[in-house]
Amino acid sequence: MAFVEAGRKVFVANRNELAVGLGKKVEIEGRELALFMQEDGSVRILDNKCPHKGGPLSEGIVSGNYVYCPLHDWKICMKTGSAQGGDQGNVACFTVEVEGDDIYVFI
Amino acid sequence: MNKEKVVLIGNGMAGIRTLEEIIKREPNRFQFTVFGAEPHPNYNRILLSSVLQGDSSVSDIVLNDYDWYERNQIELFTGDAVVRVDCRKKEVWSASGIKRTYDRLIFATGSDPFMLPLPGAEKEGVIAFRNIADCESMINAAKSYQKAVVIGGGLLGLEAARGLLNLKMDVDVIHIADHLMDRQLDSDAGKMLKAELEQQGMQFHLNKKTVKINGHKRVKGISFSDQTSIKADLVVMAVGIRPNVQLAKQSGLKVNQAIVVNDYMETSEEDVYAVGECAEHRGIVYGLVAPLYEQGKVLAEHICTNTSNEVSGYKGSIVSTKLKVSGINVFSAGAFRDQDETKSIRIHDEFAGVYKKLVVKNNQVVGAVLFGDTNDANRILSLIRSGEDISAISKAALFPSETNDSSPSVVATMADEETICGCNGVSKGEIVCAIKEQGLSTVAEIRQCTNASRSCGGCKPEVAELLALTTGTDIMAKPEPLCGCTELTHEAVVASIREMGLSYVREVMSVLGWKSEEGCSKCRPALNYYLGLISPLDYTDDAHSRFVNERVHANIQKDGTFSVVPRMYGGVTNPEQLRKIADVAEKYNVPLLKVTGGQRIDLLGVEKEKLPNVWRDLGMRSGYAYGKTLRTVKTCVGEDFCRFGTQDSVSLGIEIEKKYEGLNTPHKVKMAVSACPRNCAESGIKDVGIVGVEGAWEIYVGGNGGVDLRSAELLCKVATNEEVMETISAFLQYYREQATYLERTSHWIERVGLESIKKVIFDDSIERAALIERMEMALSRHKDPWTEIVESEEKQQQLFEKKKIAVKQGGGM
Ligand SMILES: Cc1cc2nc3c(=O)[nH]c(=O)nc-3n(C[C@H](O)[C@H](O)[C@H](O)COP(=O)(O)OP(=O)(O)OC[C@H]3O[C@@H](n4cnc5c(N)ncnc54)[C@H](O)[C@@H]3O)c2cc1C
Ligand code: SF4
Ligand code: FES
Repeated sequence: MAFVEAGRKVFVANRNELAVGLGKKVEIEGRELALFMQEDGSVRILDNKCPHKGGPLSEGIVSGNYVYCPLHDWKICMKTGSAQGGDQGNVACFTVEVEGDDIYVFI
Repeated sequence: MNKEKVVLIGNGMAGIRTLEEIIKREPNRFQFTVFGAEPHPNYNRILLSSVLQGDSSVSDIVLNDYDWYERNQIELFTGDAVVRVDCRKKEVWSASGIKRTYDRLIFATGSDPFMLPLPGAEKEGVIAFRNIADCESMINAAKSYQKAVVIGGGLLGLEAARGLLNLKMDVDVIHIADHLMDRQLDSDAGKMLKAELEQQGMQFHLNKKTVKINGHKRVKGISFSDQTSIKADLVVMAVGIRPNVQLAKQSGLKVNQAIVVNDYMETSEEDVYAVGECAEHRGIVYGLVAPLYEQGKVLAEHICTNTSNEVSGYKGSIVSTKLKVSGINVFSAGAFRDQDETKSIRIHDEFAGVYKKLVVKNNQVVGAVLFGDTNDANRILSLIRSGEDISAISKAALFPSETNDSSPSVVATMADEETICGCNGVSKGEIVCAIKEQGLSTVAEIRQCTNASRSCGGCKPEVAELLALTTGTDIMAKPEPLCGCTELTHEAVVASIREMGLSYVREVMSVLGWKSEEGCSKCRPALNYYLGLISPLDYTDDAHSRFVNERVHANIQKDGTFSVVPRMYGGVTNPEQLRKIADVAEKYNVPLLKVTGGQRIDLLGVEKEKLPNVWRDLGMRSGYAYGKTLRTVKTCVGEDFCRFGTQDSVSLGIEIEKKYEGLNTPHKVKMAVSACPRNCAESGIKDVGIVGVEGAWEIYVGGNGGVDLRSAELLCKVATNEEVMETISAFLQYYREQATYLERTSHWIERVGLESIKKVIFDDSIERAALIERMEMALSRHKDPWTEIVESEEKQQQLFEKKKIAVKQGGGM
């Protein structure tokens, strides 16, 4: 796992800005995050950078807990940030808190 | 609940197999920790050759993925070697400083390739062939270098050489002995092998001793003891392996050539075991998986039962090998060399390139070499293992495949105890039993259940045959499933969608029993396409199942920016358009403006959030440079200006492009119209290419200018523009309905044959009319995606809005 140490709590988005099955790119202080809302309403936040060659994960095809990088189709687990199959690498995952419709990230 | 702690050093084939065997017997008794020096989960080292030869990808050869470790609660440290073991305190430390205590410790550290200690061996470009990293460096070297030299004409060297040939390198193989694979073959078979491999393009230098590696920083060549030398940009050493025993030695274990173990894989230290290539049993170190897996099984039994006398122990193995180079069948087993006290039975058919030899001692088969035809390998291996007296056995029974009546297959005549999968020691009886008891219906299921064919895959044909024999179905004919989420083929899925009237992606997956509820990046776009094809008027496209290019209607580039290619019908433009493109390029600081191969202008490097504005300002339609759809219709100058032109190629091209733009197709479709056979629009390498001749148009189909360069074939010759349009409609609609998703016209035509297509679109007038009608229906739904997005606030927000958050000082909010 590659969870980033919890830091400041920052508001990132309102729930209605997200759509299930589509990633959303949010920039915080020059750092790009990829937000994903799951069918059960939970939200996952990863660094928007594929461990392979830095592809923007927010643009990938989302299937359940996995996102497929749009550049070379690596399969990344959104829960752990780790690349699947024979691919090797991790993308940082952030701790998320949802209060009502407001989504916060610890960064 | 205190579980017994088992620590495994080495995340390779033997070690993990041992854990699998333990878990099979005692799923919950142990707490496992695995350290692996390589940064990968457990993979099939044997199949590195097929990765190098381009038949598999790295992810295909993973034996147990991270999920497996998680499911079995195995703590895994990859890319972290164990550097210290204290057998007294029962502790191990890894390079990164992790410490674990153990109740039982297993060494499975495998071996390192042996690098000849030649002057210059440390130069860049000199590598071994042992792991994924080596494979990757060969693949990379092939991109910029031409000449590869493999030192070592054994099994591994030849597999590496074949891979390098596939990577389009020139390959020289240097071998010190006078024939290839001298550890496995006699000189007759070795010579036949050399001739075959030379035909494949390898060059051999036998009886050569390498003495020096030349070059400054990077290797430039190698020199031999006979004063000759050759050039080389890449040198692969495949001269042997050396057990990896340094850690064991430091830890006080008894080591000869490798870590000394008894019949229960116990080392000289209490509760410390060794399996695999790092272990030496009765003086022998094995370098093939079959014996290592036998060792793993024995060790697992021993650890699970606690006492030695309940398990029979490991008695050593008879080894056999096959060469994994496609088109070449080589098998060797046991003591294959002729000796004074041995006699042999030989079949040598120089016409057929077949050589078979059985070495017999005291009426027992002790070894064999087969070349060209290895069908009898399993039969022979079991003769060697059983030590049966063969004096009474007929020749036909020794070489069942020589009897020539292929009807009762070799597998059918095998006894139940005979081994089918040598690597994993799975017998015919076990496989048949599993098929019957668990109702298995595919080779993949058999692999899962019994491990048969999980390693080198050499026995896959036999396993499939056995499945066919047992279930009475022809499994070999079973084509590829749509993707890893299902066993169903493209055709079966399409048929079910039609029959059951399925209408959503998720519905298809749940009704047809997809293995993963959500599908993957392969099946979702395919299902989305098929659903749209089947119900063009009712189906709402599922944007979430589309690749980003088609979702945001622009091409994603390697840095995450996008490129914009406006439509320019037939490659024709005008000053106003050009001016507009120039203005937009200036306004949005487009870093690169480029004329494409399809006669259009590409604005490269646009950030995603700017796309809708760029489109609005351009006011042009999407050129679909990103989609599985009609891309462009390229045209030549034609009759108005060209002195050779006989027809108006420009108008026809524009007409075609306007009609078919935005059509969803299995893969991209490119077209062209040239006004004479000089073919300036390159009609001969397009999916549909039109060529004007005096008074007529020729229509060519199935061409491809891409990786698989293929020239188009003549479909027909017609007189009028209307006929051209009709024929294109019938052809493309048939392609849309019959090809599998992501199949280009060139591959489709090769698969089904042009004649079968002609039959439908020309000979069957009812079907032709129906195809044309269905095409019109599909086309009726087209809307320009750029205009749609420019007009929809919601789409812009959902797909393109960029969100930037400034964090207030003092932290958060
Ligand atoms: C290209 C190729 C083709 C082959 N083809 C065949 C074939 O067709 N048939 C066949 O039977 N065999 C074949 N083999 C041989 C077969 O792959 C090996 O015999 C088998 O993999 C050995 O298993 P092992 O577990 O002993 O070692 P390995 O699979 O090598 O595993 C050992 C692992 O231990 C790790 N390790 C070492 N030291 C440490 C440490 N201190 N801490 C942590 N980890 C450590 C290593 O990184 C390695 O991953 C082939 C081998 C190669 C390279
Ligand atoms: S294809 Fe023939 S008509 Fe067209 S530009 Fe070339 S030479 Fe002229
Ligand atoms: S950058 Fe993500 S797969 Fe290559």
